[in-house]
Amino acid sequence: MSEVIVITSGKGGVGKTTTTANIGAGLAQAGNKVVVIDADIGLRNLDVVLGLENRIVYDIVDVVNKVCRLKQGLIRDKRYEGLYLLPAAQTKDKTAVTPGEMFELCNDLKEHFDYVIIDCPAGIEQGFQNAIAGAQKAIVVTTPEISAVRDADRIIGLLEAKGLHNPMLIINRIRQDMVKRGDMMNIDDMIDILAIDLLGVVPDDESIVISTNKGEPVISDDNSFAGKAFSNISKRILGEEVPLLDLDVDESMLSKLRKLIFGK
Amino acid sequence: MTFLKKVGKNEDNSKNVAKERLKLVLIHDRANISPRFLEMIKGDIIRVISDYVEIDEEGIDVKFTRTRRESDNTPIPALIANIPIIKMKDRLMD
Repeated sequence: MSEVIVITSGKGGVGKTTTTANIGAGLAQAGNKVVVIDADIGLRNLDVVLGLENRIVYDIVDVVNKVCRLKQGLIRDKRYEGLYLLPAAQTKDKTAVTPGEMFELCNDLKEHFDYVIIDCPAGIEQGFQNAIAGAQKAIVVTTPEISAVRDADRIIGLLEAKGLHNPMLIINRIRQDMVKRGDMMNIDDMIDILAIDLLGVVPDDESIVISTNKGEPVISDDNSFAGKAFSNISKRILGEEVPLLDLDVDESMLSKLRKLIFGK
Repeated sequence: MTFLKKVGKNEDNSKNVAKERLKLVLIHDRANISPRFLEMIKGDIIRVISDYVEIDEEGIDVKFTRTRRESDNTPIPALIANIPIIKMKDRLMD
């Protein structure tokens, strides 16, 4: 019954790690046992985004090489009941783990968790091949930029070729003010080009930077527009039908209003 | 003035420029085949169809793209050929 989902994008810096952290937290909040895996060996980051960097003892390479037991490698997130992190190794490189080992690792984790969420590194080389090896589903993250959409398209092709059919799309960092001016591709433009199903849209939001600064997933911030979007995405993964966030509600207006009323 | 500008500019706002550039780039990315290969397909299509119709060889456009399968809506690669017909050939009539 458990699912292994890889979060990928091709291009770097579009929000894979933030997406992984928030989906992980969102699924755990809904009462699931979730493990998020940082597959970006050599450039680990999911730990800092989740605020768990000080608690790392072992990492994914230690687990795969049986330096420690699987359970010892997992870091429990005390804020979210049921959420665990398997961090990447920082001093090794992508070749420290093989796709076969990754496949086995995912199978082992599936026995203990409802959801295994894998944060895929940028690129299409071995790091990518490792990250997708054990996955049954894929989520492709992109932003409304020509380079990100192009890379997303390439990744969709590669996923299909590897048997990961029907990947779902998350459009990150959309700015409705620019969309309205005609200076940014809108949701339909991107779905039209990529021809895959939409899982969710996340607005460009300052609260992401702030929450990442603090090491707290933005999904816990009830006032955050982006947090709400990630919450909706998690619900859709769980099979709930949630309408798309109304992007026309001007987020800056909302925060201005909040400031006016609550002085915050 | 700004209003007039807005109305007239609709086609070349930067989003449409991005979309068109992206579409062109993706045609080649997706194909993962050389332009020569596409030319070969094009040549063969022209040869076959020319028996039946007179076509505008200059205007023929063959490209790789992605579409959705009608039965279950899954995305599949597609070869789309746009072939402008000048007129049907007489031999079809008999």
